[in-house]
Amino acid sequence: MSYYEEYDYNKPFSLKIWAKMLPFLKPYRRRLVQVGLLMAVAALVDVAFPLFLRYAIDHFIEPGVTDGLWLFAAVLVIAAALGGVCVILFVRLAMRIEFNIGRDLRAATFNHLQTLSFSYYNNTPVGYMLARVMSDTGRIGDMVAWGVVDLTWSVLYVLGVFAAMFALDWRLALLAGAAVPIIAVVTVWFQTRLLRINRQVRRLNSSLTGSMNEGISGARTTKTLAIEDSQLASFSDLTAQMKKKTTLAARYNSVFLPLLLFIGSITTAWVLSSGGGLVLKLLVPLGTLAAFINYVMGIYEPIQQIARILSEFVSTQANIERVTMLLEREPDITDTPEVIERYGDAFHPKPENWESIRGDIEFRDVTFRYPDGSENVLEHFNLTVPAGSFVAIVGETGAGKSTLVNLVCRFFEPTEGTVLIDGRDARARSQLWLHSHLGYVLQSPHLFSGSVRENIRYGRLEATDEEVAEAARIAHADQVIQKLPEGLDAAVGEGGDRLSTGEKQLISFARAVLADPRIFVLDEATSSIDTETEALIQQATRHLLHGRTSFVIAHRLSTIREADMILVVDDGHIIERGTHKELLRARGHYYSLYTRQFEEEESDKVLR
Amino acid sequence: MALLLALARGRYGRLSLTVLLTALTVLFQFLNPQVIRATVDSVIGEEPFDLPVFALGLVNTLGGRDGLRAALWIPALIFIGIGLCQGLANLWRRYFIPESAEYISQRLRNTLFGHIQTLPYEWHVKIQTGDIIQRCTSDVDTLKNFMANQLGEIARSVLLVIIALSLMFPMDTLMTLAALSLMPVIFAFSWRFSKSVSKRFLKADEAEGALQACAQENLTGVRVVRAFGRERFEVKRFKEKNDAWASQIGHLANLLGNFWGLGDVITGVQIGVVVVVGVLRCQSGALTLGTFLAFYSYIGLLIWPVRNLGRLLSDMSKAGVALGRVREILSAAPETDAPDDLEPDIKGDIAFEHVTFAYGDQPPVLKDISFTLRPGRTLAILGATGSGKSSLVHLLCRLYDLSADGGRITIDGTDIRHIKRGWLRNHVGLVLQEPFLFSKTIRENISVTTPDAEPEAVHGAARVASLHESVEEFANGYETLIGERGVTLSGGQRQRVAIARMLMREAPIMIFDDSLSAVDTETDARIRRALRGRTKAAATIIISHRLSTLMQADEILVLRDGRIEEMGSHEELLALNGSYRRIFDMQGRLEEESAQ
Repeated sequence: MSYYEEYDYNKPFSLKIWAKMLPFLKPYRRRLVQVGLLMAVAALVDVAFPLFLRYAIDHFIEPGVTDGLWLFAAVLVIAAALGGVCVILFVRLAMRIEFNIGRDLRAATFNHLQTLSFSYYNNTPVGYMLARVMSDTGRIGDMVAWGVVDLTWSVLYVLGVFAAMFALDWRLALLAGAAVPIIAVVTVWFQTRLLRINRQVRRLNSSLTGSMNEGISGARTTKTLAIEDSQLASFSDLTAQMKKKTTLAARYNSVFLPLLLFIGSITTAWVLSSGGGLVLKLLVPLGTLAAFINYVMGIYEPIQQIARILSEFVSTQANIERVTMLLEREPDITDTPEVIERYGDAFHPKPENWESIRGDIEFRDVTFRYPDGSENVLEHFNLTVPAGSFVAIVGETGAGKSTLVNLVCRFFEPTEGTVLIDGRDARARSQLWLHSHLGYVLQSPHLFSGSVRENIRYGRLEATDEEVAEAARIAHADQVIQKLPEGLDAAVGEGGDRLSTGEKQLISFARAVLADPRIFVLDEATSSIDTETEALIQQATRHLLHGRTSFVIAHRLSTIREADMILVVDDGHIIERGTHKELLRARGHYYSLYTRQFEEEESDKVLR
Repeated sequence: MALLLALARGRYGRLSLTVLLTALTVLFQFLNPQVIRATVDSVIGEEPFDLPVFALGLVNTLGGRDGLRAALWIPALIFIGIGLCQGLANLWRRYFIPESAEYISQRLRNTLFGHIQTLPYEWHVKIQTGDIIQRCTSDVDTLKNFMANQLGEIARSVLLVIIALSLMFPMDTLMTLAALSLMPVIFAFSWRFSKSVSKRFLKADEAEGALQACAQENLTGVRVVRAFGRERFEVKRFKEKNDAWASQIGHLANLLGNFWGLGDVITGVQIGVVVVVGVLRCQSGALTLGTFLAFYSYIGLLIWPVRNLGRLLSDMSKAGVALGRVREILSAAPETDAPDDLEPDIKGDIAFEHVTFAYGDQPPVLKDISFTLRPGRTLAILGATGSGKSSLVHLLCRLYDLSADGGRITIDGTDIRHIKRGWLRNHVGLVLQEPFLFSKTIRENISVTTPDAEPEAVHGAARVASLHESVEEFANGYETLIGERGVTLSGGQRQRVAIARMLMREAPIMIFDDSLSAVDTETDARIRRALRGRTKAAATIIISHRLSTLMQADEILVLRDGRIEEMGSHEELLALNGSYRRIFDMQGRLEEESAQ
C-alpha cells in the first residue's frame, strides 16, 4: 500500500503539465473568454464604488448643493445592478465550466479504466482508482474555472484600483503601491508553509481514520485480550500528534490575516497623514482622500488572492499528473489491429463477424508468470479440456487457484506458449468475443445497485422479462426472490449488501444462466451459507455445469467428486491432477484436504 | 451542546477570553473610522473636536488643531496603534478558536474510542461497522469544522451587530436607521436562500453519491464486467449518472448565481441609501463629513457578517445532526464492574451448573449445560454449526452474562459474575476462529498483551504455534508489517499468530474456538503436542470438527441443538454407539472410498 500513498508535491509551475489539459479545455474556450469578460466588468464596478463616494463628497457635500443627487443615486443603483448581473452570469458560467471539465475528465478516466488489464486492477487499490476518477478530476475543473474567475477579477481589480489612484493623484498612488510587494511576499511565505502543514494534517487524518477503523472492527478481539487500555493509549498518541500539527497550522493561520490587515492599516495611516497634508495645502480635494482610504483598505485581499491562486495552480499539477498517468497507462492485453478490424473493440463490437464457439480449450506448453511476480507459476503446462468437460481446481486460500481461470478468460496472457480455444490461439479473436461466451460466478458474488431484475439482465441485456424470470427459476433464485416484498423489482442495495452471500450467489447464477455461456467459471463461496441456500446452490450448480466447459474453483470438495479432472494447487503450482478416485488413492495433498472437510461435513450432518 | 461543554472542561477560561478577544477585535475595528472622522472633521476641517474627555485632553497637550496639523503623523500613529491592538486581539482569537476546536475534538475522539472499547460484545456483534466508523470520523470532522469556523464567526457577527448598533446610534440616529434599513432584508434573503441552496446541495450530494457508487461497483466488480463483456454498457451507465450530477450542479449554479448576484445588488442599494441620506444630512448641516465617512466604513464592515450570518445559521443544523449521531454511540451503556467484584487467584477449576442461555428474546441456544473441568485437563466440544459451541465459551469469558435464572458458571468456586471482567479475560486465553490481527508488525501482534516481552519469549510462543519458521522466511522476520500496508497472511498463518498471541499471557484457562481449522492436520497435531508440553497446568477447551484433535481430549462433549447429547472420553463415547460413534465410523467409509 505504501507505494500508493499520496506523495508530497514539490515541482515548480510547469506549462508542460498544464498543456496536457488543453484537449479538455478546448470545448470551453469561448465560455472561458466570456467569464473573463464578465469578471472584467465586475472588477470595473468594484473599482468605481469609491469613485462614487469621491464624487458625492466633492460635488454635493463640500460645495453644499443637491442638484443632480437623484441622478447620481440612480447611476449608483444601476452600477450595483450591473455588478449583480455580472455575478449572476459568471457564477452560472463558471460553475458549468468547472463541472463540465470535471465531467469530461471523469468520463475519460472511467472509460480508460474499462480498457485496462487485470494486471493493473490486481495491483491497484480501488480507493486509489476511485480518487483519480472522482476527486482529482473535480479538483482540476474547480481550479480551471474558479482560478480563471478569481485571477481575472483580482488582477483587473488591482490594476483598476491603481489606474484610478494614479489618475487621481500619483503621489498618493505611489505610497499605496509600496504595500503591494510586502503583501505578496508575506502571502507566499505563509501559503507555502500552510500548504505543507495541511498536507501533513491530511496524512495524519487518514492514519487517524485507519486507527479508528481498526479500533472498531477489532474491538471484539481487543475485548477477549483485555487490552482496551493500551489500545486507547496508542490511539491517544495519534490524536495528540494531530492536535499538535493542527495547532501549528492554527498558529500560522492566526498570524497571517491579522498581519495583512496590519500592513493595510499602516498603509492607510500613511495615506491619511500624507494625504491630509496635501488636503490642507489644497493640493488634493477631500473626496479624493476618502476614495484613497477606501482603496487602500480594500486592496490587500485581491493581492493575497492572486498569490494564493498562483500557489494553488502549482499544487493542482499533482492532480493533473495523477489523472494523466492513469490516462496514459497502456493496457497490457490488447487485440491486434487485424483482430479489431474484423471483430471490433470493446466499445464498437462487430458481432456479425463473430464465429460461434464450441468450448474446446487447450493449454499448449504454457509458461506463466504474473507481471509483478518473481517466479513462474506454470512451466510448460499442457492440458486439454474438450468442450463440455468439468474441471475442478482445489487448494488452500491464497494458493493461486485463479491462475488457470485467469488464463482461460484471457484476463492474463501466457508468458510463453498458447491457450487455444476451439483449436485457435485465443489472441486470434477479440477479447469481447471470448467474454461474450463466458459465464462467471464469483466467490464473493458481485451485484450492482439496482433491482434484482436489472442484475439478472446484466447477463443478456436484451432479454425479456419472461426470460429473466425463467433464468431465475432455473437457477433456483426464484425462492430467494419470492421472499423479497417487491420480488424481481426489489433493490439489492449498494454492491448487493441487502442480500446474504448465498442469495447473491443464486442471483449471480441466474445472471449466468441468462447469458447461456459455452464456458462457465465458478468460484465457490467460502463464507458460511445457511444449509437451505447451500442445497439450492448445489442444485443450481449441477444444472449450470451441464453441457458446458466449466472450471470450478472448489471449496466444498463434495461438489466435485464427478469432475472430469481435478487440479490441486499449492503455493502457486499445480501439484496433483486426476479424478477424485485417482487422487484419493494417491493419498497425497488432495487426500488430506478431503479428509479434513469430510469430517466437518459429516459431523454437521450427524448432529444437525 | 451539553456534551460539547463537558468536553471543553478545563478550557472555560480560555473560551471566555476568546469571547472577550472577539469583542475587542470588533471594537478596535470600529475605532479606526473614528480616528479618520476626527482627523477629517477637526484636524483637516474646521469642526470642533467631538471626542471623549480623555481624548480631548490628549489633543490639547499635543497643541490642539494647529499642533496636529503640523504633525499629521500623530493621528496616523494612533491609527496604526489601534490597528496593532486589533491585530493582536484578532491574532489570539484566531489562534484560540481552532485550537479549542481541536482540543474538544481530540477529547471527543478519545472518548469515542475508549467508549467503544468498553461497549459490550453484543453491541459490537450488532452494529454496522461502516456506519459507526463514519460517525467516529466524518461526523467528528463536521463538528470540528463547525466549532473551528462557524461558531466563532457566528459569535463575531452577533457581537459586531451589537457593537455597531451601540456605537452608531449615539453618532446619528437617522444615519444609523438608513445604514440598517436593508439589513433585515439582507439577513432574511441570505437565510432563505441558504436554506434552498443547502437543499440543492443535498440533491447534488446524492447524485454524486450515486456516481461514486457506480464507479466503485464497476471497479470492484471488474471481473464481472469483463467476464460478461459489458464495458460498453458500463460506460453508458456511468455517463448517465455523470450527466445527472452535472445537471444538478447546473441547477445549483443558477441558484448560487442569483444568491450572490442579488445579494450584491441589495448591498449596492444599501450603500446608495447611505450615500444619499448622508449627502442630504450633510447639506442640512446635521452631519459632518467625517461622520459620514465613518458611516460609510461601518456599512462595509456590517454587510458581510450579516450576509454570512444567514448562511451560518442555516448550516448549523448539519452540525446538530452530526452531534446527535455521535451522542447515540456515547449513550450506549458500557460494560461496568460492580465495585465489590473480585480479583481472585485463578487456578482454572471450571464448573458449568445448569447453564441455559438465550440471546435477547430468542429461543435459548444453550439448554441446561452442566460439566466440570479441572486444571491440567482438556475438554473437547463437538457440534454442528450453530449448536451453541461458541456461545458456551463466550459465556466463560463474560462476553455475555448469564441471566439470574440461567444457572451459573464458577471458576475455583467463585461465580464468574462476581469476577471483574478485565481480570477474568486476562486469565482466560480465547482464540477465535477468524481472529483479528492489528496492522502492526508480527512481533507487536504477538506481544500485544505484554509489550515489554523479551524477543526470546515472543519466539518461544511462535515456536509453540508452529509459526517461527514461517516468520523467519519473511525478509523482515518478526518486524514484518501485517495488513493493508504489509503482507497478507493466509488463514492458517493468521490463526497461528493468534495462538502465539494468546500464549504470551500464560493464562490458566485456554480456549481454542475452532482456531486451527485453516491449519493442516500435521501442523495441528504438532501445535497441540507443543502446547501440552508448555501448559501442563492449564485447563483447556478445544472446539473442533477434527476427530484426530477431539479424540485426544480427556473428555469430549457432544452438543446437539444446545443440549449435551453425549459426554465422556473417546473410548466411552465409542462404546455408547451414538452420534460420536457414527461420525467416527465415517472415517472408515472414507478409507473404503479411497481404496476403491
